[in-house]
Amino acid sequence: MTAPPLRVLVVDDEPPIRKLLRMGLGTQEYRVIEAPDGRTALDLMREKPDLIILDLGLPDMEGLELLRTIRARNESVPIVVLSSRADEVAKVQALDLGADDYVTKPFSMPELEARVRVALRHYQSREASEGASVLQVGDLVVDISHHWVTVGGRLVELTPREFALLAFLARRPGRVLTHGAILAEVWGADGAGHVEYLRVYTRSLRRKLADDRANPRLVTEPGVGYRLIARP
Amino acid sequence: MTDQRRDLEQRPSPDALLEQAQREDSPTGKLKIFVGAAPGVGKTYKMLEESRAKRKDGVDVVVGAVETHGRAETEALLNGLEIMPRRRVEYRGHVLEEMDLDAIVARRPQIVLVDELAHTNAPGSRHPKRYLDVEELLNNRIDVYTTVNVQHIESLNDVVAQITRVRIRETVPDSIFDRADAIELVDLTPDDLIQRLKEGKVYVPQQAERALAHYFSPGNLTALRELALRRTAERVDEQLLTHMQAHAIPGPWAAGERVLVCVSEDPRAAGLVRYAKRLADRLHAPLTALSVESRRTLQLSEEERDRLADTLRLAQALGGEPVTIPGGERQIADDVMAFAHANNVTQIVVGKSNRSRWFEILHGSVVHELVRRSGNISVHVIAGETIAGDPIPRKTVRTAQKPAAFDLRSYLVAVAAVALALGVSALIKPRLGVENVDLVFLTAIVGVAARYGLLPSLFASVVASLCYNFFFLPPIYTFTIADPTNIVAFVFFIIMAVVVSNVAARVRTQALAAMQRARTTESLYVFSRKLAGVGTLDDVLWATAYQTALMLNVRVVLLLPENGVIAVKAGYPPEDRLDDADLAAANWAWENNRSAGRSSDTLPGAKRLFLPMRTGRGPIGIVGIDSDKPGPLLTPDQRRLLDALMDQAALAIERVRLVADMAQVKRTLETDRLRSALLTSISHDLKTPLAAVLGAAGTLRDLAGALDDAQKADLLVTIIDESERLNRFIANLLDMTRLEAGAVVPNAALHDVSEILGSALRRAAKILAQHRVEVDLAADLPMLHVDPVLFEQVLFNLLDNAAKYAPARTTVRIQSWRESEAVCLQVLDEGEGIPPGDLEQIFDKFYRVQKGDQVRAGTGLGLAISRGFVEAMRGTITAANRTDHSGAVFTIRLPIPLGSQQLDTAA
Repeated sequence: MTAPPLRVLVVDDEPPIRKLLRMGLGTQEYRVIEAPDGRTALDLMREKPDLIILDLGLPDMEGLELLRTIRARNESVPIVVLSSRADEVAKVQALDLGADDYVTKPFSMPELEARVRVALRHYQSREASEGASVLQVGDLVVDISHHWVTVGGRLVELTPREFALLAFLARRPGRVLTHGAILAEVWGADGAGHVEYLRVYTRSLRRKLADDRANPRLVTEPGVGYRLIARP
Repeated sequence: MTDQRRDLEQRPSPDALLEQAQREDSPTGKLKIFVGAAPGVGKTYKMLEESRAKRKDGVDVVVGAVETHGRAETEALLNGLEIMPRRRVEYRGHVLEEMDLDAIVARRPQIVLVDELAHTNAPGSRHPKRYLDVEELLNNRIDVYTTVNVQHIESLNDVVAQITRVRIRETVPDSIFDRADAIELVDLTPDDLIQRLKEGKVYVPQQAERALAHYFSPGNLTALRELALRRTAERVDEQLLTHMQAHAIPGPWAAGERVLVCVSEDPRAAGLVRYAKRLADRLHAPLTALSVESRRTLQLSEEERDRLADTLRLAQALGGEPVTIPGGERQIADDVMAFAHANNVTQIVVGKSNRSRWFEILHGSVVHELVRRSGNISVHVIAGETIAGDPIPRKTVRTAQKPAAFDLRSYLVAVAAVALALGVSALIKPRLGVENVDLVFLTAIVGVAARYGLLPSLFASVVASLCYNFFFLPPIYTFTIADPTNIVAFVFFIIMAVVVSNVAARVRTQALAAMQRARTTESLYVFSRKLAGVGTLDDVLWATAYQTALMLNVRVVLLLPENGVIAVKAGYPPEDRLDDADLAAANWAWENNRSAGRSSDTLPGAKRLFLPMRTGRGPIGIVGIDSDKPGPLLTPDQRRLLDALMDQAALAIERVRLVADMAQVKRTLETDRLRSALLTSISHDLKTPLAAVLGAAGTLRDLAGALDDAQKADLLVTIIDESERLNRFIANLLDMTRLEAGAVVPNAALHDVSEILGSALRRAAKILAQHRVEVDLAADLPMLHVDPVLFEQVLFNLLDNAAKYAPARTTVRIQSWRESEAVCLQVLDEGEGIPPGDLEQIFDKFYRVQKGDQVRAGTGLGLAISRGFVEAMRGTITAANRTDHSGAVFTIRLPIPLGSQQLDTAA
């Protein structure tokens, strides 16, 4: 890697956690910028970090509030939330406000690094995938313009709704999409609150994609949403 | 319902089906009535015969009340039937035997025999009438067999009186007759009945002789028999109608008939209403009784007003709808026709006027007008017949009269006004001449009329004309008039005076009526605004009681249900308990959703009248009223006003309850929110150090190769520090749990404060590493009776707190001194201090949570635990802000034990 090191802004009020992240991410050639509270974090946004790791319990403002503020400024920086709150409500809130991923404390360093990598890759490939007519996630290929889906070269027949659902997930590979976000995109206003639609469609999608139950492409995040991950 | 019964549809009418279903599967007992045309036809005999047959079939039949009148045949039938003992009631020295209602209800037979439905109970019984007892029995799901003679049926009362010239005072409403599930006509030809009478089977011989001469004439009996047959046939007809409709049998239903009866204060109006009721029944039409409020009705005497109200109430008792409409400036016939057209009336019943021809020419005749303009509405003009005696049996809630006013003062003022006019006239006469004097007098008369009404002004007219004649018309100072032109002038003066009096008085009456109406409207408005403004149930009840008492001039109590029983909640004047009779009446009113108590049908012996307060969703309370005036409590207007007030109050009570329910829901939500915030906080406090420990350990394992020694050492320090922090937090949680469980029992002994402080400081050395620590202990500190472990924890928590809130490189000062019977110990820091409003709350558990997380890493437990421990050791701990410097000061005060003093002096 000859590129300049990627800068990660860590927003957490706990010095031990900051220290830990600084060391852990430092070994992976990231440069860590630290902010103990929300105000400092907003100041440090000027330095254009490549990714933000955000604790939700900040002393001067709610972490969710900071998330909203950053997204309101139209900052497209990837944000990984790191919080001790493990309930679905908090996760859905954070994801719906524009967080890219959600890691709960206590966490393992390798897992966090993996999530950081996914979030970064997603953003790097974002420009490409926005306009792309062919999306590839592992062995899954979604051809938007021709309405084709192939898995390992095998053509899969999908209904228009199934296709829309898969395409929406395939544009954001690896990222958790909340029920609300998927329903709003695929079903529009009619879908609001009807999580059972999703259960029906993801089940049939998995069957058609021949997903391995133990190791699926379409991963359920219980109570939160779904994410599509690459399988070779 | 009667409307819909006439629908021409082939489909069974839902109402008809419902009615039938209710009969077949009713929650009440079944009623069978044995009807006869006259006493002695054998109703009781027939009833007993049938009961014996039932008993043979194994049905549980008891005799509630049967009068045999000493007839041997009847008495023989009673043998073998269970007879419920009568309740003995003493009334004015006589012992009366009444049916024991409660005993029957408690005995729960299948069928109870209750003879003579129209019987009036002894005063002091629960219900004044036996038919009300029967209703209660039916409501208790007990079947009732009863007997009644046709002359006791309310709507036939007039007809019977006309036939027999005897007015029957004991009546039963048609409604109970109509609700009967079965009716059996016990028929006997008049000849047979007369034969029975002569044989002494009905009355004892002497009585029989008199009866035969009067009531039991063959003509009377034939007429009565026909009445009984007809009324029973009508009833059967109705059952047939229900059946035909329930089975969608098309029939010649009359379409949409409506009967309107015009009532006035005339005593014959009651007969008119009864006639209209029979007409309406025959047509199966709803009945409306209409009273038009006009100038004339405003001038009615109280007795007439009462009679009008009673007539309207009679209409209501007969199942009609009483309506009072304000009359316009037009003729009464206009108002009646307008109402009739607006309500699709098809039949109008009016009384034949017995006014003179002259009166009709002058004032017009309402009847003629109605007939002339009725169009396709039939007008029945009935010659009402005045029957001696009380025309209307008084029913339901009786209402009172306003005290009649004879005001002597108004007549004195009238004299004074005329005297003044006389004085003025004397002054102006020399200048303006005698011609203008009469105007002065007229002015005085108008003034009196406008102020005091007709009679005083007429009185003033008389006095004025006398004065005018005496003082101004020559020859003066005599009552004779010499000049013929003056006689003409005088006559005109008198006419003017009387006319002017009349007009002015009428204007006054109308103005008064308008004012009265305006006042009522205003009161209602004020009342509703008051109710809208108050927030608590007590306020609503109080406002209701107060306003009602004020507006109706009565005493008011309000009762609301509480744990299933109603209890007094408010009163004006304040009242918090009722006597037993009142409580019984209130309970009855509540359970039956009907009025009870004074001047009503049920428990009239109670001091108060109780009325249910209802909303659309059912009854919500009871209002009780009484006043010192004897007799009925309310006028019809007041009764209506009371209804309006209670409707509003009921709505207001319901609103307040809904608000309270919502507040409760909100409180629950708030508690839930707090609890979840607490859980979030605890999980944050537990997981953060754990995350650091796990993260550091994981990093050491997975990334050891990429770390240098210093970094590895740093991670190990993190692991140790965070584990300690976790340990502290868990210890705090455990301490808190112990405190809350009441499990903290200080293991107290005499200890030296400085020694315990020293150990606390050593433990806190690490967290206070960034601060300077000053200790200033007085030399004469006595030993204290404390638990060293708890006390050290208290001191450590205070030091920890100071380290957290005061910035690095500031001084934390600990000082202690003796203060009379106690030792004070203070911990002072140089932080920002405590917001003044929070000085007490900071000792609350998890206070930090509610505050919004300003603190770096507090648990929100330290101070709460400190207070708990100090108090367990009989000391106090308070928080304050420093006066000499910014920062907080915590003061612990511990009592000096007696033993410690002695030890000190010994030392």
